[in-house]
Amino acid sequence: MRYASLFLEYIKNYAKTRLTYRADFWIEVLSDLLFQGMNLIFILIVFQHTPSLGGWSEAEVVFVYGFFMIPYGVFSTFFSIWNFSERYIVKGEMDRVLTRPAHSLYQVLLENVDPPSLIGSFVGAIIMVLCWTQLGLPFEILDLFVLMLLILGAVLIYAGLYTALSAISFYSDAPTGIVPLMYNIQNYGRYPVNIYNKMIRFVLTWLLPFAFVGVIPASYFLEKKADDLSQLALLTPVMGIIVFSLGLLLWNHGVKRYRGAGS
Amino acid sequence: MMSAYIDFIRIRFIMMLAYRVNYYSGIIIYAINIGAYYFLWQAIYGDKETLAGFTVTQMTTYVAVSWMARAFYFNNLDREIANEIRDGSVAVQLIRPYSYLVVKMMQGFGEGLFRMLLFMVPGMIIVCFLFPVKLPTDPMTWLIYLVMLFFSFLINSQINILTGLFAFFVENNEGMMRMKRVMVDLFSGVVVPIAFFPGWLSAIMQWLPFQAITYLPSSVFTGRTPSDQILQVFGIQVLWFVGLLVPIWLTWRAARKRLFVQGG
Repeated sequence: MRYASLFLEYIKNYAKTRLTYRADFWIEVLSDLLFQGMNLIFILIVFQHTPSLGGWSEAEVVFVYGFFMIPYGVFSTFFSIWNFSERYIVKGEMDRVLTRPAHSLYQVLLENVDPPSLIGSFVGAIIMVLCWTQLGLPFEILDLFVLMLLILGAVLIYAGLYTALSAISFYSDAPTGIVPLMYNIQNYGRYPVNIYNKMIRFVLTWLLPFAFVGVIPASYFLEKKADDLSQLALLTPVMGIIVFSLGLLLWNHGVKRYRGAGS
Repeated sequence: MMSAYIDFIRIRFIMMLAYRVNYYSGIIIYAINIGAYYFLWQAIYGDKETLAGFTVTQMTTYVAVSWMARAFYFNNLDREIANEIRDGSVAVQLIRPYSYLVVKMMQGFGEGLFRMLLFMVPGMIIVCFLFPVKLPTDPMTWLIYLVMLFFSFLINSQINILTGLFAFFVENNEGMMRMKRVMVDLFSGVVVPIAFFPGWLSAIMQWLPFQAITYLPSSVFTGRTPSDQILQVFGIQVLWFVGLLVPIWLTWRAARKRLFVQGG
């Protein structure tokens, strides 16, 4: 209950700060959509030159992208902590967070909520619906529940991975270049993973399970392929719980080790 | 005066050297990017020999060279300028006896040199071992490419400076900087060569400065551009460099009149 009211207070606060920079809000929404658009343009351009990508048609790859946008939008709204190391560790804001009773990760996340990112989720949903009808896929009410479950799992995977990444700043003194690294890798989980070599596929599936936020769960709704990724689809929520628990463990352990930057 | 400017290059180079550990992870990032796009393109080609005039080998080389070139010309001048405008330190810079924008350019170049020596060169060597990249043998091509690469840096930095200066007008230009980064990556041809774009889009691209950043130099380097057109292609870069000076000068003139410092 206390956590819920905290959430409300932070959102109110967010609205106030954002209304100061009104024009910027819309530019951010626009740039978000443009960023998603860029990836979509890439897919569209690619399919002008080939009918299929590792056995996947254009509509299917776009469908996967549409699915991916939904958990990604939710994740970006609540986990926009790209500059955690710089702001909280280097500048020492973590000290302030730790003097308060609420869980430190919860506070850090709420201080950085970014609701405009949610618009990406809506666009993703629209793309998915369009592809759904274009591909002539059957639709049952049960699918909606499975979809919710898969989205939740995907968000948890993202959340766990980025919590773990941010927690690394507790252990290493120098701000590391790992976040941009992940930022790139996450993109590759959206394409049919069978086009990569074995090692990359293994990494994307089991070590940094970005395939579980895109191509694997989305394949649940699509026609079966030779490599049958859809068998793994229902594992998404399980992976989500595992990855998020690991991330949280690493964070909690990191907070205990944290000594403050001084100055 | 000139020697003072050169000192800015030197100082930035040394500053970057202090944080060089970050750059080893940077090389891995770029190698992974090149690897992923290599497999992606491999799948796109399937068993076709050429697409949009690129052979598979040319494409692999194009991907490797374009990403490594990005390592050289990429900088955060837009963010630096925006931050200095926001925290007010730009006011101090303005009363100093040098041109603020030239100093920024020099700092960017110091960073670029650092990235070239400690990032692009070792990165390229690693990538050549991992993927079937075929580098040109003609020393003239290398020479032309290096000059064009320098202009890539100039044009990209000019676009960055322009984006950064917008902080004078919109107070918080975070969204705009992100938008610029996305546009530069897509429209410069790092992700997809412009020749692959559908006709109408590539027609628009020919009238925008982005292709001069990656597509034109990389096409020359991979041998996609016929040798009699090289001079013309280089001319496009020079034109954009000169052309972009105009909006920068205009924005800068308008910006100095508008400066107000938020807090501090």
